[in-house]
Amino acid sequence: MNEKYAQAVKELLYKMADDLLILGHRNSEWTGIGPMLEEDISFSSMAQDKIGQSLALYQLLNNLGEAEPDTVAFTRNQQQFHNCQLVEYPIGEYDFSLMRHFLFDNAELLRYDMMMDSSYEPLAKLARKFKGELKYHKFHGDTFVMQLGKGTAESKKRMQDSLNFCWNLALGIFEESPYESTLINEAIWKGEAALKLRWLEAIEPILAEAGLTIPDSNTWKPVYGGRVGKHTENLQPLLEEMTEVFRVDPGAEW
Amino acid sequence: MIIKSLDPRISRAQISDEPGMEQELKPLEHFETYEVFHQKKRGTHHQHVGTVHAPNPEMALLFGKEQYGRRGVCVNIWVARTTDIFASDYDDDDIFSTTPDKQYREASPYKVMDRINAYKAKQGS
Repeated sequence: MNEKYAQAVKELLYKMADDLLILGHRNSEWTGIGPMLEEDISFSSMAQDKIGQSLALYQLLNNLGEAEPDTVAFTRNQQQFHNCQLVEYPIGEYDFSLMRHFLFDNAELLRYDMMMDSSYEPLAKLARKFKGELKYHKFHGDTFVMQLGKGTAESKKRMQDSLNFCWNLALGIFEESPYESTLINEAIWKGEAALKLRWLEAIEPILAEAGLTIPDSNTWKPVYGGRVGKHTENLQPLLEEMTEVFRVDPGAEW
Repeated sequence: MIIKSLDPRISRAQISDEPGMEQELKPLEHFETYEVFHQKKRGTHHQHVGTVHAPNPEMALLFGKEQYGRRGVCVNIWVARTTDIFASDYDDDDIFSTTPDKQYREASPYKVMDRINAYKAKQGS
């Protein structure tokens, strides 16, 4: 593996792992206070899936010479996190958390689908392994969006408001990497622009059937910056909470 | 007094703590229940595993998978509205009793099938 290839893969793995760790942590904040018992368990279980997936990706990074997964997850400052800003926002009301989950997980399923034949074999293997979990996450998001979009006037309004709020943040998922051409030319994967097109094709019919309207494309202003360590005021408090126990005794043995 | 709880679902329901003050549930406040059946292996029969609350069959499947398909092997799930299950009455459970002279009808030798199946499963694994 040449240096450029390795740099491109690392950058890719970091942003994917950080997205999963941060959103997994956020979604786990619903544990115990979800809207109903069954959904509480489902949402918590999916949050746990995400943390597990992030661990697998941090492990790949470790194999490429980066620090241990725990060190990477718990000792970096916010400028070193490459997650998109969408995932760091507080959980808010359930409509927001559901819409974020729907938009993000539809992109995730397609992202890993595109990576199943990656030239970087360890990533291709993980992509195949995650497939089942991601399919359920999408099924969950789609079903809820459909249910609430077609529900009462209030549920529809809440979902539409959340879609409007999330939209530009969700477009920020597809912020391109400085290594985009290497990633594409080396067949690591087909890149963010291609993913964004597939994502739009996937979610448009679902939102339309749910009676929800995607904001006018003339108004789209993708929120970029997360991939290069620029974050909102929401990330630091999350990191402090997430690392609180770790910082008490960083060398503790479990 | 309205019951205050650390669980927001209970606080939200505005339940009175005085006896006799329980209110009827309004529509949308509570979902109907679905019975969940899961299948451990293709070709084997589905087994009843429990109940979920859900507004429709799709949501029941969604919840049934996480409630009951998450902790063990599962390849398929059925859900059915609880109200669609016809059940015999426990008051009539004497219909199942047989007189001693009809015991030849009971498939008691087959009780050993549980052990045979367990042995087969062990050999297969």
